[in-house]
Amino acid sequence: MKDIIDFISQPWPWYVAGPIIALTMSLLLFLGNSFGISANLRTICSVVGAGKNCEFFDFNWRAQLWNLVFATGMMIGGFIAHYYLSPHVEVNLSSETLQELSQMGIEGPSGSLVPLSIFSWDSLLTIRGFVIMVIGGFLIGFGTRYAGGCTSGHAISGLSDLQLSSLIAVIGFFLGGLFMTYFIFPYLLKL
Amino acid sequence: MKLVKVIRYLFIGAIFGITLAKAEIISWYRIYEMFKFQSFHMYGVIGSAVVIGAIIIQIIKRLKLKTIDGHPIYISPKDLSVPRYLIGGTIFGLGWAMTGACPGPMFILLGNGVGVILVVLLSAILGTYVYGLLRKRLPH
Repeated sequence: MKDIIDFISQPWPWYVAGPIIALTMSLLLFLGNSFGISANLRTICSVVGAGKNCEFFDFNWRAQLWNLVFATGMMIGGFIAHYYLSPHVEVNLSSETLQELSQMGIEGPSGSLVPLSIFSWDSLLTIRGFVIMVIGGFLIGFGTRYAGGCTSGHAISGLSDLQLSSLIAVIGFFLGGLFMTYFIFPYLLKL
Repeated sequence: MKLVKVIRYLFIGAIFGITLAKAEIISWYRIYEMFKFQSFHMYGVIGSAVVIGAIIIQIIKRLKLKTIDGHPIYISPKDLSVPRYLIGGTIFGLGWAMTGACPGPMFILLGNGVGVILVVLLSAILGTYVYGLLRKRLPH
């Protein structure tokens, strides 16, 4: 048993994760649902009563309860992975990435999946931390609902269904992502 | 919601969460690396998911497979329009690169021990709320 746990405690390769994601999407289809995680953001707004003064949130959110449970399951999965399946975190980044990040003052990923110099409560009180976490989060919430989906809804479900609208959305994802990474990060990360 | 259904979705969600955590898809570093095209990893994940997903959906459509309740599996086609997908997508992309997380990873990171991601999640909910308020004035 210990050998099995040690084995799956190593980082998983793309050819394991990709198929599992496809299977998850398919399983949800067979259960009569669709794979789209950003819908939960809208549901949460509706559950807390946003539907009272905004039509967009005035819908039967109970029909989306399964998705909130699914998201809760994801949290549990993250917990299990962290506390039982990750004795030490060592992200095997490319050396160019490591070098670039170091030049911008961002520490490498040994021991953490995210840079703790950015993602910490203390960092929230700095301009860089506030911009990345609050404005970044806001852009995600605004953008995903505007586009009607995020990576799960468009990049995975939409592209698998060969939908042109999802391809346009994914092109948008990359336009935004590349712009941020190449033009804004060099300044933002050094703040 | 029936307990059996709750356990079912918790289980599927947990497997999904473990997968994304172990494959480092929830890592800000991996997303930066992806946008810099400095590794195949994330492209392999999304690419293989789409290839297999497309094959499965084709099988579902051709064999007219049904859900476990016996209903037809129907994926509603989205209206083809460029503004909402391109503009909305770009706005999301900016946030995705900035935070290194999309909605799924946000929930998973919360469980993974990055408590401050709650701030990102709450900001995202606020962003969705503001979208809801402004949407009639935005090009779709």
